[in-house]
Amino acid sequence: MTKVSFDEKHVLHELKHYLPSQTPLKDFIHHNSLHAFQSRKFYDAIFKSAKVFGYQVTMPLSDYRKLYETGRIRPEILENCIKNRKPNDDLKIWKTNLVSKVYDDHIDHRIGKLRQQWKENYHIDLDNFVQPFLFRFLCSYLDQGISIWNFPIGNKGFLESIIILEKNIFSSIFKTSRAKELLFKEGVSIEELLRILVGSEAYFEQYLFDQQFSHRGWSGLVAAVEMHPESLLSPKKISLHDLIIFELLLEIDNLDDQLGKHWKPLSEIVTFGPSDLFEEVENSELQEILKIWQDAFEWSYYDEVLAGIKQLSKSKRNKEPIDILPKSFQALFCIDEREDSIRRHLESIDRNSETYGTPGFFSVEFYFQAYGAKFYDKLCPAPVTPKYLIKEYDVADKRKHDLLYTNKTHKLTTGFLSALVFGFWSAFRLVKNLFFPRKGPAISNAFLHMNAEGKLTIENKSINDIENNLQIGFTVEEMATRVASLLNGIALTNNFAPIVYVVAHGSSSANNPHHGAHDCGACSGRPGSVNARVFALMANNSKVRAALHIQGITIPISTQFIGALHDTAADEIEFYDIETLNIENAPLHVNNAQTFENALDLNAKERSRRFASIDTKSNIKKIRKAIKARSVSLFEPRPELGHGTNTLCVVGKRTLTKGIFLDRRAFLNSYDYKTDLDGIFLTGIMKPLGPVCGGINLEYYFSRVDNYKLGAGTKLPHNVMGLFGVANSSDGDLRAGLPWQMIEVHDPMRLMIIVEHFPAVVLKVIQSVPEMYQWFINEWVHLSVINPETDELFYFKEGNFVSYKPMANKIHFFKDVHTLLEDAKEMETNHISHATQENLPIFFYD
Amino acid sequence: MEHSLQLFIILPLLGFIVSLFFSNKNENAIAATVILTVGIQFFGLLFFIFSWVGNGCPILDIKHFTFYKEGNIEIFIDLFFDKITAVFAAVGFLITFLVAIFSRFYLHRDSGYKRFFSTLLLFFFAYSIVIFSGNFETLFIGWEFLGIGSFILIIFYGDRYLPVKNGLKTISIYRLSDVCLMLALWMSHHLWHENITFIQLKDVFLVASHIEEHNYYALFIVVMIIIAASIKSAQFPFSSWLPRAMEGPTTSSAIFYGSLSAHIGVFLLLRTYAYWESILIAKIVIITVGSVSALVATLIASVQSTVKTQIAYSSISQIGIMFVELAMGWHTLVLFHFAGNAFLRTYQLLVSPSVLGYLVHEQFFSYKPKKYDSNISFINKISNSIYVLSLKEWNLDTFQFKFMWSPFKWIGRKLNFLSNKMVLYSLIVIYSIGIYLFLNQDILPKKLDQFLHILFAFIGMLLILKSFSKRTDAIVVWFMLIASQFYILLAISFLNDKYEYMEILIYVSGLLIAACIGFFSLYKLKMIENKIDLNDFYGYNHDHPKYGFWFLISCLAFAGLPFTPTFIGVDLMFSHIDKNEYLLLAIIVISLLFVEISVLRIYARLFLGPNKKQNHQIAYRSS
Repeated sequence: MTKVSFDEKHVLHELKHYLPSQTPLKDFIHHNSLHAFQSRKFYDAIFKSAKVFGYQVTMPLSDYRKLYETGRIRPEILENCIKNRKPNDDLKIWKTNLVSKVYDDHIDHRIGKLRQQWKENYHIDLDNFVQPFLFRFLCSYLDQGISIWNFPIGNKGFLESIIILEKNIFSSIFKTSRAKELLFKEGVSIEELLRILVGSEAYFEQYLFDQQFSHRGWSGLVAAVEMHPESLLSPKKISLHDLIIFELLLEIDNLDDQLGKHWKPLSEIVTFGPSDLFEEVENSELQEILKIWQDAFEWSYYDEVLAGIKQLSKSKRNKEPIDILPKSFQALFCIDEREDSIRRHLESIDRNSETYGTPGFFSVEFYFQAYGAKFYDKLCPAPVTPKYLIKEYDVADKRKHDLLYTNKTHKLTTGFLSALVFGFWSAFRLVKNLFFPRKGPAISNAFLHMNAEGKLTIENKSINDIENNLQIGFTVEEMATRVASLLNGIALTNNFAPIVYVVAHGSSSANNPHHGAHDCGACSGRPGSVNARVFALMANNSKVRAALHIQGITIPISTQFIGALHDTAADEIEFYDIETLNIENAPLHVNNAQTFENALDLNAKERSRRFASIDTKSNIKKIRKAIKARSVSLFEPRPELGHGTNTLCVVGKRTLTKGIFLDRRAFLNSYDYKTDLDGIFLTGIMKPLGPVCGGINLEYYFSRVDNYKLGAGTKLPHNVMGLFGVANSSDGDLRAGLPWQMIEVHDPMRLMIIVEHFPAVVLKVIQSVPEMYQWFINEWVHLSVINPETDELFYFKEGNFVSYKPMANKIHFFKDVHTLLEDAKEMETNHISHATQENLPIFFYD
Repeated sequence: MEHSLQLFIILPLLGFIVSLFFSNKNENAIAATVILTVGIQFFGLLFFIFSWVGNGCPILDIKHFTFYKEGNIEIFIDLFFDKITAVFAAVGFLITFLVAIFSRFYLHRDSGYKRFFSTLLLFFFAYSIVIFSGNFETLFIGWEFLGIGSFILIIFYGDRYLPVKNGLKTISIYRLSDVCLMLALWMSHHLWHENITFIQLKDVFLVASHIEEHNYYALFIVVMIIIAASIKSAQFPFSSWLPRAMEGPTTSSAIFYGSLSAHIGVFLLLRTYAYWESILIAKIVIITVGSVSALVATLIASVQSTVKTQIAYSSISQIGIMFVELAMGWHTLVLFHFAGNAFLRTYQLLVSPSVLGYLVHEQFFSYKPKKYDSNISFINKISNSIYVLSLKEWNLDTFQFKFMWSPFKWIGRKLNFLSNKMVLYSLIVIYSIGIYLFLNQDILPKKLDQFLHILFAFIGMLLILKSFSKRTDAIVVWFMLIASQFYILLAISFLNDKYEYMEILIYVSGLLIAACIGFFSLYKLKMIENKIDLNDFYGYNHDHPKYGFWFLISCLAFAGLPFTPTFIGVDLMFSHIDKNEYLLLAIIVISLLFVEISVLRIYARLFLGPNKKQNHQIAYRSS
């Protein structure tokens, strides 16, 4: 049954819930594309969203079958998955169905059916009349700085400014008079306009869903800006309500214009009754088939990983413990899966070094004001609202400008002069960038986020030192709490090396509106350089160390913390405040910096195997140079591959994964169960894993399986709209999600979190926070536990941990990483059956 | 020296043909072919210009290849080289060279990698023909290929709706420019009684005497040239297609709409300058078109809030200024302006994605809240009105739709009786009678002859208009189009006793092959899909790319593109229409205009757009 009465507030709320929630592109926060369905079980949710909105939510059946043929889906795993889902049925029948039965896999979705009737009955393509103008109008109102001539009344709310504009104009925004009169009518409501357009109230909700989802990108942006007005630098007061009123008016206007005044509302001409879009979806055999296939696809990989971890753990247990040598240096990295490889290389070059993983904001949450900046940057995970402000001062460098970007080149006379003067210069510039790509002001450069020579207001001078309700700097106590919390979390509380590096990451790229998606997710899509530097300086502070000592963490005076930034696209590193190193540590750093350099060479080589423009077999220094050139080349739509292929998240000691080649697919969070037998730190560690790692993983999943509707499509035709989004062509809908170039290497599978602890403790931990539990119980991420004492594996299934015995028994061993990388297969095409062949299986290494 | 000019045509053609032989996966070979072809052409040109300057910059002209010769009708390829060619070639080849290198990695792993580069070479070939052409016929060949190249790149992402819509929009307006050029060509045949070359136009005395003698005809030619040039260069009132054409990969937008394609109108006017130099009214028209475009486009550009459309309109306004400079005779300035504008806009489009990062960063440090005037004055009201008008692009797009295409659609819809089976059968009978009468012309009185050819041409036109608006079975529409061509052919045969069997054969040979391939593709498609109506866009290219490809080829051949004999057939047919046959001319022009739009409409509706079977990733209509 559908609701007969129309509740505007409720419907607006529902709409906002289901619309994509991507804010303007300058802040790219990864999130589950189907967040609206998250209160349901994963498979129920995705199949429902498919039925309602027509999304493609799994790979097509044919692709699974191809993957099975190529061996990527393992037969024994498939059989196991059938048994799991259909314990009482005949295995053979299901197997035949899976592999060869013909299904009608066409989805007949619900959205859009009602509004389609305009075309069916009146032969008028309403979207064609309304949308181009609506988008243009909306974009001009919201525009952040592209247009030369701004929207005349940009300081009022959207609808109010339309009314003022319409009142003070000699022509009209509309084509006919009725829409204009309705606009001027005091307190005109959505309901009133719907009565004219649709007629019967029973259809209202369906109509609004149809309407807003015919351009979900724009509507989603409006809803996101309404919720987070601060996400636009130039503030705009807009709401979904205003957008709907204006759109309804435009619809009335165009219908009047095309059909004259006497047309019947929609409910009087349609032959079907109102329907509930969100009515439960019936189960089908095809859905069961797809579930089994997806399970099998995921477990074909997970099984191998779990087997590897178990075997490694066993073998380490049997080895005699070697004397612990003093550590040459320690390095803290972000848990980001892109840092997996550089950690591996560092450890293999300097066997006495030690690396840790922790979320890349390094437990310090604050707003950052760069020198001369008019705004603050939030540098912590998106859901956190910091109370602190860190300001940069004493910066000598001037910012550089690029004249070719000035909009004066688009004016009549200055355009004329630019053509004659800049024209030839730009040809020269193009030649230069094609053959000798270099960093320039137009490149989004991760190292420019903070000036390495500048100073930061880290320590709070007095509690009254407040700006815009934010405390400037942290007090000693606040600093100590944060440093302790991080060190406790990763269990680095003794055996400090002389130098502890705090390595943040960011990404440089050219010509890339989605550059924010490549930066650090834990820093709200920005480089984490400030956080790294702030953390290092805090930990070096003698007052903080004294406070830590009281808490039981004693950092020797000889130990110094050094912040650094790793550019994951260019494979470059920058260290901060090295002049503060003491006489003993300075030469050690020179040595360590060389180790980093060599590791970056190897890291570049490892990444290069996925880049067709670079020959992995060529000289390693040449590869490094080519990698760097990619990040500043205008013609390179893949400066790096971002989080593509992310699949795993390991919470445990480094020894758990040290020795397994994970192919840059695993988020690695350092944690030692021994220091936290009750799982108190674990709760803090696991709470953000769902929204952060799970969010990243699911955004990649959905952008991969439906790049057209849930992703942004190919980057190549994108047009930057108003500095807040991209669309195809001049009057297209905004494209939320990830572009094709970012997800083509990705295997669409859910995240598997592996925790090193006792199952009972982990169960207690996840149950302690309902929002966290939802991620696991609803199966949006998988969870396994390895018992640190028995090496037994458990898998979280329907509320309990059940024992899991891996089926894979042959895990290969590689001796030389160079041979492994050079011999790796390159994808033939970016179809999943080819693309996934680039992803290497699990290996052991020494 | 003249003889080496042909190399600049042959090389791109060769490169195009070679590029067709690689598979899409073989990206290196495809890119190498293109970069080599364009690179050799560019450096060869530099060498050529070098020795040409050494020789004292002589104007070069060479008659190359004669397609057809009968009486005073002669269709031949003529190549030409002067300062204008030198500049357009140097700039065009350099930009194409750079963009080809840029695209090599930019398009990596795109499913249309090969399609992109082959089309780029096709475009390059067409561009070369246009700028090296020595007469209207040669120029026209390049002009047609340029249009088709554009269409293929706009619909590059043909599985989405907007590229298809905008592709059709662009090709329709391009077709109008083609037809204008055809008319100019036709009239100049009658004016000069021969196929005039551009070098002959340099003969001031000859031109002056002809213009004086046939003032109106001369003016007619100039107006047609101006319309053709204005359309290709997106001048007022034909501007709205340019920003909409930016649907393909950014690199193709940069080369086509940012620079080379958009400046072809300027080239056409430069090339024909000698001809209209002495016609004052032509100059006035060009200056008016140019200055109005410059002003209006500047206003529209200033309200654009998207990067690419802003660049598109600012480029249009600069081209408007070029039109003015051109008419004033400041040709060196025009050449400089062209080169600078082409480079600048190409660059700006290529870096357009980075505008987001750069400007947001700029704003972060230099943001000043905008001040808004709360007082509303009369001046405010005027400026508000202009703002909204500019936001609506001065209604140019609506205007085009309303006054150029809608009336014909309306007529087409009114012609429902043509869908009646009886009527269709009777058309066959009428045609048979027509053939009989044609073969026995002696028995016909002269008066009836006059009437009959108009009648047959008229039936042909009606069939085309009907097919333009018809939404039912594609095969029926296809047959209507074939029938229309035969009716027009019959009309011309009746008209002119001089119309040779040979000419008919040339015309029919291309037409019949195209009709058969087209029918075969449609028939096969219908066997598989059952439903092939034209009510919506079906995107069958997803499942049946082969039929899509062959049907597109047959459409292009059917429309008389210069790779089939039909092209010469159309040209010959035109030359048989006398200059005072206004009615027949109008009918033929409308037919020619709509026949291409009509066949491409069938192609688009069947093979392009989002596929209807929802079992794979499908784009939203609004994307």
